[in-house]
Amino acid sequence: MIELTDLRKVYGDDTVLRDVSLRIERGGVTSIIGPNGAGKSTMLTIIGRLLKADGGRVTVDDLDTERTPGREMAKRLSILRQENRFTTRLTVRDLVRFGRYPHSQGRLTAEDHRHVEAALGFLDLEPLADRFLDELSGGQRQRAYVAMVLCQDTDYVLLDEPLNNLDMKHAVAMMRQIRSAADTLGKSVVIVIHDINFASAYSDRIVAMRDGRVVHTGTPEEIMTPEVLKEVFDLDVRIEEVGGTRVGVYYR
Amino acid sequence: MATTLSRPEPGDRTRSPGLRAALPLAAAFAAVLALSVLSLFVGASDISVQRLLEDPEAREIFLLSRVPRTLALVLAGAAMSVAGLIMQMLTQNRFVEPSTAGTAESAALGILLVTLFFPGAPLTVKITAACVAALLGTGLFLGILQRIALKSSLIVPLVGIMLGAVIGAVTTFIALRFDLLQSLGVWQSGDFSGIMRGRYEQLWLVGLLAVTAYLIADRLTVAGLGRDIAVNVGLDHRTVMAVGVGIVAVISGVTVVVVGMLPFLGLVVPNLVSMTVGDHVRRGVPWVCLLGSGVLVLCDIVSRVIRMPFEIPVGSVLGVVGAAVFLYMLLRRNAHGAR
Repeated sequence: MIELTDLRKVYGDDTVLRDVSLRIERGGVTSIIGPNGAGKSTMLTIIGRLLKADGGRVTVDDLDTERTPGREMAKRLSILRQENRFTTRLTVRDLVRFGRYPHSQGRLTAEDHRHVEAALGFLDLEPLADRFLDELSGGQRQRAYVAMVLCQDTDYVLLDEPLNNLDMKHAVAMMRQIRSAADTLGKSVVIVIHDINFASAYSDRIVAMRDGRVVHTGTPEEIMTPEVLKEVFDLDVRIEEVGGTRVGVYYR
Repeated sequence: MATTLSRPEPGDRTRSPGLRAALPLAAAFAAVLALSVLSLFVGASDISVQRLLEDPEAREIFLLSRVPRTLALVLAGAAMSVAGLIMQMLTQNRFVEPSTAGTAESAALGILLVTLFFPGAPLTVKITAACVAALLGTGLFLGILQRIALKSSLIVPLVGIMLGAVIGAVTTFIALRFDLLQSLGVWQSGDFSGIMRGRYEQLWLVGLLAVTAYLIADRLTVAGLGRDIAVNVGLDHRTVMAVGVGIVAVISGVTVVVVGMLPFLGLVVPNLVSMTVGDHVRRGVPWVCLLGSGVLVLCDIVSRVIRMPFEIPVGSVLGVVGAAVFLYMLLRRNAHGAR
């Protein structure tokens, strides 16, 4: 379980997180939704220990993320942020191998190699395994990075806007792979996502944020209502039920 | 504990690229060796294998000047190239190297200050001052980088070049006031003509540091993936940065004191290696060392024969060759429409 207690983050005069307390249960897919500037990515980044909080604390399975050594945390929790602009000339397989770094420090065992090949297979990257990252499309590269964090084999996987830059087909494929990482590999996946309908269709829980606060948490059924969405996004959203999934219609 | 991804078949063919990777490396090693032998027999005084065997005086010149010179070229070439590679990984920018980050200029300022205040200081003190100054200068560069928002691939080296120019201007001003311009010229332009036994041995330390880079290669590669990914896999990012910058500073400081600045080497060599071998540092370091040594030895041979019996500084040859290759790299990038 990931537990946040009174988490606070301030940039100058701007309070991005206002004493957020939250529990994210183990297992399944948890989506964090909310308007721009709600503090979603900041919160995820702090949980993933890439950013220091100004107050409060985060524990992952009762381990304080700030006090636990980096290498220990790296075996329990992994985080992937949106793609950075510099693309290293590594092959896909080499990149994925570095996901084993917390376990092997670069000296890969037979078990590490098994994990690498499994992660490549899981994200259908075998045909691209020996290509350089800078020769791939944005979507392929995104998949390679996801394969790397899956290869890290942590209980918790945090993904910041994993659908960024993906077209419809690849977005659906990515969400299926996230779902299956939770279902078949038993990972607890936490994602920040903008598309509420993807969140509704693929999550077990949704955390809705606004103005640096968590305003609602619940199942997709509980969150996907006109009232809640109005409160979160300040927008009128009509809810339809399509094939057992609640879909928000807000385009006009 | 986390569930294991289940799929059999480890990719055996990829695990031992051993021989396939070793053969070209061996060929490159042989080429550098051949160039080094050639370098031993090129120069103002005529030395051939036959004379070496017959003439004790020729043998003395050979051991006193030729062998140290070639060794110095090999060591400095490898080390400066590795310094460039390390900086490019740590800054995640392909255009950063000691002479585009203020490192080399700071080293020169350091030696100048020591020469000014402690004129009789032994070489060790000068080298230490150069290294400390190089460290401070590089630290300043990284500090500025952290404060600027726009980190496009060309802004970063521009910042470094400007910083280097400012430090260089201060250095020149001081040298001018205290009549030390001539000494300054020696440090600013790489030149191996003064290398003799007893005056190059510090470069072995630098060669050793190039090997150290191989030992921390995986950490450097991970750092090259960016701070986020480095922290995510549990790497102590700050320590790796500090160690990397320390290695770069010592390599630059020692090299500037012993032979002078060697521009472009750290830029061109790692980029050529990256284009072919990629950015996996453990695979790249041997290539960077060999190519760096080979290029520097070759440029030095050119600098010795182009105006026989006179020599031009190898730094000038490097400047011309480096600029040409650098332009080619830029144009090639554009042709590929890359970032």
